[in-house]
Amino acid sequence: MPGLNDLYQEILLEHNSKPRNFRKLEEANRSADGYNPLCGDQIQLYLKVEDDKIIDVGFQGTGCAISRASASMLTQSVKGQSVERAQEIFDAFHTMLTEPDAELDYDTLDDLECLAGVSEFPTRIKCAVLAWHTLLAALDGKSEGVTTE
Amino acid sequence: MTTNASGFDVARIREDFPILDQMVNGKPLVYLDNAATTQKPQVVIDALVNYYTSDNSNVHRGVHTLSQRATEDFDIGRSKARQFLNAGSDQEIIFVKGTTDGINLVAQSYARPNLGEGDDIIISTMEHHSNIIPWQVLCQEKGAHLRVIPISDAGELLIDEYEKLLTPRTKLVAITHVSNVLGTVNPIEQIVEIAHNRGVPVLVDGAQAVPHMAVDVQKLGCDFYVFSGHKIYGPTGIGVLYGKSELLEAMPPYQLGSEMIKSVTFEHTIYNDLPFKFEPGTPHIAGVIGMGAAIDYLNGIGMDRIDAYEHDLLEYGMECLSGIDGVQLIGTAPGKSSVMSFVMDSAHPHDIGTILDTEGVAVRTGHHCAQPLMHRFGVPATARASLSFYNTKDEIDLLVKAIDRVIEVFS
Repeated sequence: MPGLNDLYQEILLEHNSKPRNFRKLEEANRSADGYNPLCGDQIQLYLKVEDDKIIDVGFQGTGCAISRASASMLTQSVKGQSVERAQEIFDAFHTMLTEPDAELDYDTLDDLECLAGVSEFPTRIKCAVLAWHTLLAALDGKSEGVTTE
Repeated sequence: MTTNASGFDVARIREDFPILDQMVNGKPLVYLDNAATTQKPQVVIDALVNYYTSDNSNVHRGVHTLSQRATEDFDIGRSKARQFLNAGSDQEIIFVKGTTDGINLVAQSYARPNLGEGDDIIISTMEHHSNIIPWQVLCQEKGAHLRVIPISDAGELLIDEYEKLLTPRTKLVAITHVSNVLGTVNPIEQIVEIAHNRGVPVLVDGAQAVPHMAVDVQKLGCDFYVFSGHKIYGPTGIGVLYGKSELLEAMPPYQLGSEMIKSVTFEHTIYNDLPFKFEPGTPHIAGVIGMGAAIDYLNGIGMDRIDAYEHDLLEYGMECLSGIDGVQLIGTAPGKSSVMSFVMDSAHPHDIGTILDTEGVAVRTGHHCAQPLMHRFGVPATARASLSFYNTKDEIDLLVKAIDRVIEVFS
């Protein structure tokens, strides 16, 4: 059994208590909702995208520490990136959580690596990936709600 | 874990439940998710194994020996369930898949033909989704109204408000006996009396009551009472719908097929008598036999002794949890049953659940299939520790220690 410290790392707890870009983006031109009904985790993600570049990003919602910290870190890692790069970050993040034997792309993951411990807690992976699937839905222009349950 | 003053030997009882004796994440298992499902005593496991090993056969069909044995045990299972609820006769005991199935049966076979446009069905704020949605969808279809009894901040039904909701258009009251989130024990006798004074029948969701207290449907006076076998230490997939025979007689069958018929031609079918009219197809024979073994086991201990022991344990648990800074209990009605729901200032229920699990403590986290109740208390979810007579005060202490760990991680 992996230790709790692998899961609730200091940086994750810090993002949970002080989430970054935790606001509704008034000038957003893309948005999507994510909802895990069994958990009650709920997120609204807002993007301002211009010329295939994510100019700004914000989120709101309620959820556990893992979903909230993951959403907060998502906003930091994709802000200012191209849509294509955001997809690469998503892929690297998703691989880290769902393919334990895969080699990690540390350059792409950067701080997100602190969420690697979640992969040892299978029931919590859905919390960590909710914001990220919501991001893809917003980029794809999908209006219906996303769920990772 | 010693025999207490009332002679309740918990250590001895725990030996009846093989699953309890194990380590989880390097810690002794503390199973506090009994409101979700209860663990099974060896006698129930043995009853299932023996049935499949020695007696497996279809019931009410064969003349051969195995079929006779299976039929006899199956029929005895019905009598045990009847005695357990103190119903008037075996034909008032309908075997269903569980509480949800029983409620759907009543919604479709009783309420549907009796509900018209502008009529009302009354439920309460503290219902499980399974005692909301069957009525909600039926009301929508019929143009009827679903009326909801409000509750106090402690989690008690507001009886005055309930009385105001009853009108000549009320066709049914569907109410839980014990809340799966709050532990509140509702005053069913009073609720039934008020409804019956206006000629309105009452269905009681007993899923969270029957594991914890002696239930007498004749004393309660209710028209329908439903519970699940797996919450009384029996198998999953089996449950009981009790219904007054005059109501059941008048109701059309819920599902159609074999077993529920007397004679069939291509032009016409004559339905079987109660209870078989509501039990088409091969029933869950092993489930009925296993549930019967569970009822025997509970009777062997005595429901009144279980009630007293669990009440003492709950009182201790509520006292311990209410003493922790940053923990808020949801559901504080006096005389409540074995459920302790709580939220914490520092941690979301799912984080609480994960950290408790690393300490070997199993609790449920989430909305507990009672989202409207979560809205009532303004929380997205709660953590819920729910007790059984095999739990101990030592285990409550381990729960408290595990909660301290949550506080430590999130400090």
